[in-house]
Amino acid sequence: MSAGTLARFGDRLPAHEPGGLLLNIHQPRTDIAETTLAIVEELKGLEGPLLPILHGLQEEFGYVPQDCLPVIARELNLSRAEVYGVMSFYHDFREHPAGRHVLKLCRAEACQSMGGDQLAERAKRLLGIDFHETTPDGAVTLEPVYCLGLCSCAPSAMLDGEVHARLDAADLEALVQEARR
Amino acid sequence: MTTKVFIPRDAAAVALGAEKVVNAMAEAIAARGLDAVIVRNGSRGMHWLEPLVEVETAEGRIAYGPVKARDVASLLDSDLLDGGDHALCLGKTEEIPFLKQQTRLTFARCGVIDPLSLDDYQAHGGLAGLRNAIAMAPQDIVVQVTESGLRGRGGAGFPTGIKWKTVLEAAGARKYIVCNADEGDSGTFADRMIMEGDPFVLIEGMAIAGLATGATKGFIYTRSEYPHAIAAMAEAIEIARKAGVLGASVLGSGHAFDMEVREGAGAYVCGEETALLNSLEGKRGIVRAKPPLPAHKGLFDCPTVINNVISLASVPIIMDKGAAFYRDFGMGRSRGTIPIQIAGNVKYAGLFETAFGLSLGEIIDHIGGGTASGRPVKAVQVGGPLGAYFPRALFDTPFDYEAFAARDGLIGHAGIVVFDDTADMLHQARFAMEFCAVESCGKCTPCRIGSTRGVEVADRIAAGIEPEKNRELLADLCNTMKFGSLCALGGFTPYPVLSAMTHFPDDFQPAPRVEAAE
Repeated sequence: MSAGTLARFGDRLPAHEPGGLLLNIHQPRTDIAETTLAIVEELKGLEGPLLPILHGLQEEFGYVPQDCLPVIARELNLSRAEVYGVMSFYHDFREHPAGRHVLKLCRAEACQSMGGDQLAERAKRLLGIDFHETTPDGAVTLEPVYCLGLCSCAPSAMLDGEVHARLDAADLEALVQEARR
Repeated sequence: MTTKVFIPRDAAAVALGAEKVVNAMAEAIAARGLDAVIVRNGSRGMHWLEPLVEVETAEGRIAYGPVKARDVASLLDSDLLDGGDHALCLGKTEEIPFLKQQTRLTFARCGVIDPLSLDDYQAHGGLAGLRNAIAMAPQDIVVQVTESGLRGRGGAGFPTGIKWKTVLEAAGARKYIVCNADEGDSGTFADRMIMEGDPFVLIEGMAIAGLATGATKGFIYTRSEYPHAIAAMAEAIEIARKAGVLGASVLGSGHAFDMEVREGAGAYVCGEETALLNSLEGKRGIVRAKPPLPAHKGLFDCPTVINNVISLASVPIIMDKGAAFYRDFGMGRSRGTIPIQIAGNVKYAGLFETAFGLSLGEIIDHIGGGTASGRPVKAVQVGGPLGAYFPRALFDTPFDYEAFAARDGLIGHAGIVVFDDTADMLHQARFAMEFCAVESCGKCTPCRIGSTRGVEVADRIAAGIEPEKNRELLADLCNTMKFGSLCALGGFTPYPVLSAMTHFPDDFQPAPRVEAAE
């Protein structure tokens, strides 16, 4: 990045690149707005298009940037508050980027019955973070999930969309290692 | 002739390493120049044996499991393709007791066929129900479903035929079939398995529902936690559309029906039907007050059938074999079969489809084989996070909607989670409240606030602070939630809490609080 370039929180840019000026101001980014518009245009013909649009945006950006909301609101004839209300209701949609990898550990009953709680504690210790947090190096975000439907081979986890079951301490350590990379 | 080797694509098999087995098998088949092809089937539901590899032989299918990638070479050395003997060989798949004891109606094809082969599907009886339905008047289809005794498999147990009748009779230019595939209950995976293992049966069931009620559009609302099921369903819908099973004229009948898959976004409450409808409409997943019923004013205010995956997937066999065939299975007012999902700390975990009426003890001890840890069973939770905890003393309860209700429990979506004697039931009760607090949609006060207060009260009991008073308070709070909540989330959270308190009082008697030394 050349000197004097503006970067904002939330952009997927290195946090402390020398020369970049970091500003926490709200200034709609044209590229986000354009990409959002393209996704909205593609999906707005669906019946009840808002969730598919939010999924599409999260897939594109890794989270749902604030700058998407006015575009969605305008195109779907909703208020920004309504769009934000929907987005913030669902656990899946992030307001901020996650780490490079997302490790989801199942916290539900079937996994508890097979030592899921202890496994979660171990994961927190290994990563040095709690649920909903990201490691300082930006490598891993740890999230709880309430059931992956792998209750017959508990405890289970999902690393970046890949499922893993019947995890023991060693398996977990291997998963964490993989995520750390 | 090319030999078929079956390796499941089911998420449970994948989570246990099926992809690695497939890769190793494909490489080995190529390297050895063998005449074999790998078919990615669904799961047979014997999850302690996954990845379960099967090979088709003249004598039938022979099973091997659990197979790891490193076993592939030795399996092929032992003439796997001819069903050769090996340490992992389990004999004929159909003869494995866990499978042999089942009555597979809804899951008849799951694990048997290639889930994305419409030819396979039809060769195993698929589309016969839809063809029969096309030849019938809508009223007659509804009568068949009603007479089969099929009740909602999502948990509420409402008669499916009556729901359909209401929608058939409702006036509306546009009607919808919505499949509730938001299978969020811990301990359940039947919906996931059928969507991954036999997606066409769900498509067929929904198309029949469309014919019966005059609905022309269907939605399958499923979970973002189920990427494999979403992919399989989307692909199957595409195939069905190309084959004319879906579209402007279903199998040339002149009736239109099409559908799409929609992905939820991690909200458990969207499994509640009215919250699900709001979510489909692109709103917050807030529960709606009833009435109006979804059958009158559902999706986009149109008459809507909203049924669970297993309810809809059970319709094709009813329409194929007739209402009486299905009704002859079961007990009391619980007719037909139920896919019981045995999960948690249990030796033989998986899916067991059987007629209603087995006792809980038979399911846990004989079929499930007791705990995986080898310790005594302390409690089983039946029906997901909103289901009651049952102690061994209630293991004579037959698996039946009414029998469970009579003992302050519910069968829900028929998931059973087994706990051994290391489980702390106060901790489980606290978790039930915590889960309700995390997932509450916030519309009604008893659920939104009661769940948070419940966690606090449970914590006070655990800390030994005025335990007797706080136990009473917890029971009182449960009562308020049970009768004052708008939907089952707040209304049923008391089931696990109260059952834990009633059946395991010792766990609610923590050691007296240690006062700080002067």
